Amino acid sequence: MIAIMVEILGLVLGCLALGWVFRAAGRRLTGNRPYFRDMGMGVAFGYALGAVLLVGIIYVYWQGKTAEGPEAARYFFFNKAVEGFILFAVAAWVFRALGRRIGTAGSRRLFRQMPLTAAFGILVITLYALTAIFADFLAPYGQADVFDKVNVLPGGDPAMGGDPRFLLGTDQIGRDLLSRLIFGAQNTVGIAFATTCIAFFLGGTFGFLAATLGGWVDQLLGRLVDVLMAIPALIFALLLMTIASAWAGSEKQLLTLYMVFIIAVIDSTRVFRLARAVAGNIVVMDYIEAARLRGEGLGYLIFREILPNATSPLLAEFGLRFCFVFLTIASLSFLGVGIQPPLADWGSMVRDLAPFINFAAFSPLTASLPLMAAGAIALLTVAVNFVVDWMLYRSSGLKE
Amino acid sequence: MGAIGRILVQRLILGVLTLFAVSIVIFVAVNMLPGDFAEAILGQGATPEAVEAIRRDLGLDRPMVQRYLSWLAGVLHGDFGTSFAQANFRSFTGSETGSGLGSVAEQIKPRFQNTIFLAGTTAAIAVPVSLTLGVLAALYRNTVFDRITNVATLTSISSPEFFLAYILILFLAVLNPVFPSLSNIHEGLSFTERLRLTMLPALTLTLVVTAHMMRMTRAAIINLLASPYIEMARLKGLSPMRVIIVHALPNALAPIINVIALNLAYLITGVVVVEVVFVYPGIGQLFVDSVKIRDIPVVQACCLVFAAAYILLNLTADILSILSNPRLRHPK
Repeated sequence: MIAIMVEILGLVLGCLALGWVFRAAGRRLTGNRPYFRDMGMGVAFGYALGAVLLVGIIYVYWQGKTAEGPEAARYFFFNKAVEGFILFAVAAWVFRALGRRIGTAGSRRLFRQMPLTAAFGILVITLYALTAIFADFLAPYGQADVFDKVNVLPGGDPAMGGDPRFLLGTDQIGRDLLSRLIFGAQNTVGIAFATTCIAFFLGGTFGFLAATLGGWVDQLLGRLVDVLMAIPALIFALLLMTIASAWAGSEKQLLTLYMVFIIAVIDSTRVFRLARAVAGNIVVMDYIEAARLRGEGLGYLIFREILPNATSPLLAEFGLRFCFVFLTIASLSFLGVGIQPPLADWGSMVRDLAPFINFAAFSPLTASLPLMAAGAIALLTVAVNFVVDWMLYRSSGLKE
Repeated sequence: MGAIGRILVQRLILGVLTLFAVSIVIFVAVNMLPGDFAEAILGQGATPEAVEAIRRDLGLDRPMVQRYLSWLAGVLHGDFGTSFAQANFRSFTGSETGSGLGSVAEQIKPRFQNTIFLAGTTAAIAVPVSLTLGVLAALYRNTVFDRITNVATLTSISSPEFFLAYILILFLAVLNPVFPSLSNIHEGLSFTERLRLTMLPALTLTLVVTAHMMRMTRAAIINLLASPYIEMARLKGLSPMRVIIVHALPNALAPIINVIALNLAYLITGVVVVEVVFVYPGIGQLFVDSVKIRDIPVVQACCLVFAAAYILLNLTADILSILSNPRLRHPK
């Protein structure tokens, strides 16, 4: 503990010294250019720290490349992370470059202004969507197919306890893990998407109704939502899932269905808030007044006047809500009360495979199984968040 | 004092009312169970007579409003009822009913202290780190540093807690054994030993919470940087650091206090998953275990404790941000 503290202190002091030298050298070499003359110590320190970290990463990566035997296992994850990062960055760059050349004038302009993170997000979302849609063709086996070989290790090498038929191995009852990982895209993402849609339908409908009708309907719905939002979402979901599991009894598939509705209802309270606020600003407009005086009905007001004007803020919210729902479902499944077997899903895969992480020092590939499932969840939410971040940045008028 | 006192009293009453409404929601939700507690306790061996007897003992034959009121009265006295798991256990061993061993309150108390310890450790690490990083990101906004922290924080916000937890276990427990991967906390541990066991769960929560707090601190400060008095300070020739710390930070205090309280409230939800990953004996672990075995009284009590803590923190945030606003403290 003390040794780590000393090391960190040494790093900071070293970077300070390096930054000072860098700044002094810059002043001397460029003949006191304003950039170096006015450079604060903080900026110089930042440059030095960045350079030290970069060199450190390359050094550790190189160590891992040249290490042999058990020593290599220690660097396996770090090297894979570095390689994955570079691979994704290059893929996003190529994707953006392609988008800038191919497509209509509008889409080309969109790609020209796009930061690399947003390009990465769109690329990943597309890949996930394709995997989910074509899971039946991509996966070598069905998600519930049970084979006679259990606990086959990943790698496909018979000498190491693998089997070329099962690239990522099989689980404790003999199901192919690669197939389950691929079908996880269909189940986990599909269920989360459906849940978000239901939540938006419920929250949007009631939010618009509350804003248009006003009066006691508005008050009643508003207070009800206030109370429901006072209970943390995951806690409330767990409470209701307890009751739902009693209702469902031994019908496990029914429980998944209940979960969709429970999370949709809990999440719709958040959508309601936004929809109510957005519609509240629209309802006071003159054109709504005019439509009311014309004697238009409630349906016309909501669908023809309010909805078209409320679409863009609701769309950005849809991305964020999807992430939230997706993470809630993954957490519930991880805790063992979410999506039920035989449906393959990433959250419960992480829970089932988690003990393998202790083998990291001997068999890195086995230990990376739970991380693959968890990483699949993280990658999608990160991608959606990058895209939403960019959308919000664009709609905020490119301010600071 | 008059105006601000009135606002504070209003907020307090609103908080109590919300808590009251939440307790009704929880009670009604639990009473939507098919059958009732009596059948749930007896399970498969339920004969009509036994069900009837237990129903009478627990007062389940009374109307719902009456049951709610007596439950509420019990909760206010710190009595959350008897846990099912313990009830079954006792009926098998035939021990005394009045021993107090099986009460939900007894089960929750030590675990609640553990959870508070975990949340406290997290806050002690996360608050200073995130405030520093937030100020730095605002100071060097639109530079490489700002962009890298933006990407890093967005990544850690959007990853599920268990992903971050397993990454930390991989690097800090399995490959480089610095901290233990299981938080085996029990009575009689020294403070430093306990801190060492709590470190990994606390670090996981720190990663999530710091990212949130940092982004919000940055946004709060940048919002202020457009104001005329900041421009004035800059034109006087003050250094950017001084402008932010002396001129911008005090005015950003209200949103920042709000952010801290909101994130502590967020910790309450995050704690559930993280405690399960590290087998940390806190209230979140108890909650999930009870959900799995359908131990309704414990689920009900934990839910109420979580909701109360959540409401309390939000209320504190509200009150503190009112207090830190001089316009409200000194009304015209």
